[in-house]
Amino acid sequence: MPEPFKRLAQTHEARLLLVILAMAAILLVATPEFATLQNLVDVLSANAFIGIMSAGLLVVIITGGIDLSFAATASVAQYAALTIANRAGIGWPGVFAIALAIGLVLGLLNGVFVNSLRTSALIVTIATMNVFYGILLTLTHGADIFALPDWFNAGIEFVFHTDEQGAKLAVNFQIITVCVVFALTWLLLKRTNIGRQIYAVGGNPEAAQRVGFRVGGINLLVYGYMGALAGVASLVQAQFVQSVSPTALVGRELDVVAAVVIGGTSLSGGSGTVLGTILGVTLIAILKNGLILLGVSSYWSMFSTGLVIIGAVIMMALETRKHRVVAEKGGAA
Amino acid sequence: MSQAQPAATGRLRDRLDATNLRLLCVLVPLILILGYLEGDKLFGVAGLRSMAFQLPELGLLALAMMIPMLSGGIDLSIISTANLCALSMACFMTTWLPAGHGAGGSLLLVGYALASLFLAALVGLVNGVMIAYLRVPPMLATLGSMTAVKGLLIGFTHGNVISGFPAPIVFIGQGTCFGIPVVLVLFLAVVLPLSVLINRTPLGRAVAMIGSNERATRYSGIDTRRSLLWVYLLSALLAAIAGIVMVARFNSANAAYGESYLLVAILAAVLGGVSPLGGFGKVSGVILSLLILQLLSTASILLGLSQFITLAMWGAILLLASGGIVLKGWLDNRMRNARPATPADLPMKTLDGRIP
Repeated sequence: MPEPFKRLAQTHEARLLLVILAMAAILLVATPEFATLQNLVDVLSANAFIGIMSAGLLVVIITGGIDLSFAATASVAQYAALTIANRAGIGWPGVFAIALAIGLVLGLLNGVFVNSLRTSALIVTIATMNVFYGILLTLTHGADIFALPDWFNAGIEFVFHTDEQGAKLAVNFQIITVCVVFALTWLLLKRTNIGRQIYAVGGNPEAAQRVGFRVGGINLLVYGYMGALAGVASLVQAQFVQSVSPTALVGRELDVVAAVVIGGTSLSGGSGTVLGTILGVTLIAILKNGLILLGVSSYWSMFSTGLVIIGAVIMMALETRKHRVVAEKGGAA
Repeated sequence: MSQAQPAATGRLRDRLDATNLRLLCVLVPLILILGYLEGDKLFGVAGLRSMAFQLPELGLLALAMMIPMLSGGIDLSIISTANLCALSMACFMTTWLPAGHGAGGSLLLVGYALASLFLAALVGLVNGVMIAYLRVPPMLATLGSMTAVKGLLIGFTHGNVISGFPAPIVFIGQGTCFGIPVVLVLFLAVVLPLSVLINRTPLGRAVAMIGSNERATRYSGIDTRRSLLWVYLLSALLAAIAGIVMVARFNSANAAYGESYLLVAILAAVLGGVSPLGGFGKVSGVILSLLILQLLSTASILLGLSQFITLAMWGAILLLASGGIVLKGWLDNRMRNARPATPADLPMKTLDGRIP
C-alpha cells in the first residue's frame, strides 16, 4: 500500500467510514427500502437538526469549551421568530433574521460569561440553559404553536423527481441548510486564519495567548457561531415537524455531544474535523434508520445508540493510549 | 513534606470554610426575606414538611454527582441509574408481589431493594472500569452508559409507567417517623456516613487528590485506579438510593422520570462549592446549596410563580455566585495592586480535568 494511503487508513475518519460502509452493505442486502432515494431524503431531513447543531458544537469543542445551552437557545429563537411570523407577514428573510439574531445574542452572552466568570464552560452553559429555558417556559406557559404561516409550512424545495404515485422527491429546506452549514464550518476551520486560531486556543490556550491570539475574542466568536446555528437549526426543526413546542428540543443536547464525540473530536480541545462530525452524525442516523427498516422495535434504538457510543469512546481511548505508549518509547530512544 | 503539610491543609480548610461562609451569606438573607414575605406559610409545619419531602431526591442525586466531580470527573448516568433501580424494584414488586404485608413481605421488599441496588452497582462498575482502567474520559464514558441504560429501560418497558406498590413502599415515600418524613431520615442516614467517608477517610482524601492532580497522586503511591472505581460505584449506589426514594414518592416508575434533575444536580454541586475541575468540595457545602435551591423552589410555588421561573432563578444564582467570586478576586487584586498574577488567576484547564 502506498504510504499516504496507509496513513489515511489509520485515521479515525477512515475507520468510521469503514463501519458505516459495512452497515450500509448489510442494510443493502437485508432490506430493499434502504437504498432508495426516498429513504435518503427522509434520513437527511430528519437528521438535519442534529447535523447543524453538531457543526456548531464541533467548533466550540475544538476550542476546549462546551455548550449545553444550544437547545434552549434554539427553543427561544424558534418560539420568538414564529410567533412574530404569525402576527406579521415577514416572510423567509424576516424569520431567518430574527432566529439568527436571537441565537447570536444568546450565544454571545454565553461567550461573555465564559470569558468573564472563572468557571468552566460546562457550568456556565448549564446555568444559561436553565435561565433561557426557564424564562421561555414562564412566558409561554409551555404552550405549543400548531398554526404556522402557510408559506412557512410549504417550505423551500426543489423537486427533482416525481414518481408515478405522485410522491415528490425534493432537495428541501432541511437538506440545503445542513449542507450549507457544514460547508461554512469547513471553510471557517480549514480555510481561514480564524480557524487556525480556534485549533490553537483548544490545543493550548496559554500558548495561544502568548503568541498574541485573543482567546476572549475567539470564545465570543465560537459561542456566537454556535448560537447563530442553533437559531437556524430551530427553524429547520420547526419546518420539519410543522409545529413549535418550547419543550421539544431541550434534552437533546447530549445526542449532539454524542454525535460530535463519535466523530473523533476530543473533549479536551485542539482536535476534530468536519468530516468526522458528518460521519458521526451519519453513523447514528443510519443505525436508527436501519433498525427501523429491519423491523426492530424503535424502543430499542436508544439502547443500540448507547452501545455505539460506548464502543466508539473505548476505541478512541485505546487508540490514544497506544499513541502515548509509542510516543514515550520514541522519547526514550 | 511533613513541614509543608500543616500549612497546606490549613489553607485548604480556609478555602472550604470560605465557601460555606459564602453560602450562608446567601442562605441567611434568603430566609429573612422569604420569612418576611411569606412567614408562616413557608416556615410553618406544612411548608417545612413539604420541603423535607422534596429535598432528598435532588439531594441524593447531587451527592451522586458530587463524588465524581470531586475526582475531576462527572457522572451523566446518575438519572438512568436511578431509573434502573426504580424500574427494577417496580418490576419485582408488581410481578412477585408479597402475599402478606407482614414481616415476610417486608423482608422480601428489602431483598428486592438489595437486588435493584446490585443492578445499579453494575452500571457504576462498568463506568468505573471504562474510566479508571480503559482511560475513557468520564464525560464520554457516562454519556455512553447513560444512553445505553436508558435505552435498555425503554426497550424493556416500552416507555410505560409501572405503578401501584405495596404499603411499606408508600410509607417510605409519604410516611413520617415522629413527624419527620421517612425520606428525610433516609437521606440523613446516607449523608452522615458519606460526609465522614469523603472528608475523613483515606479514600475520600485520595479522591480529592486525584481531582487536583491524578499523576502526582499515583506517584505518591495511591492506587488511583481502584479509587476511581470506588468513585463511580459510590455514585451509582447513591443514584440508586435516589431511585428508591423516587419510586416511593411517586408510587410509580418510568424510564424517563427525573431527567431534568441531571443538570440541576451538577448545578447544586457546583453552587455548593464543588470545583468542576476537581479537588475541592465538601458535603456540607452541597447540603447548604440544596437548602437554598429548595427554599427558592418552595417559596416560588407558594408565591404562585411558575415552577419554570425557579429554573431560571437557579441558573441565575449560579451565574451570580461565580460572578461574585470573580469580583472578589478582582477587588483583592486591586487592593494588593502590585502582586503579580498567580497560577490561580489563570483558570485554563481541560474540561474533563485530566492531565493534559
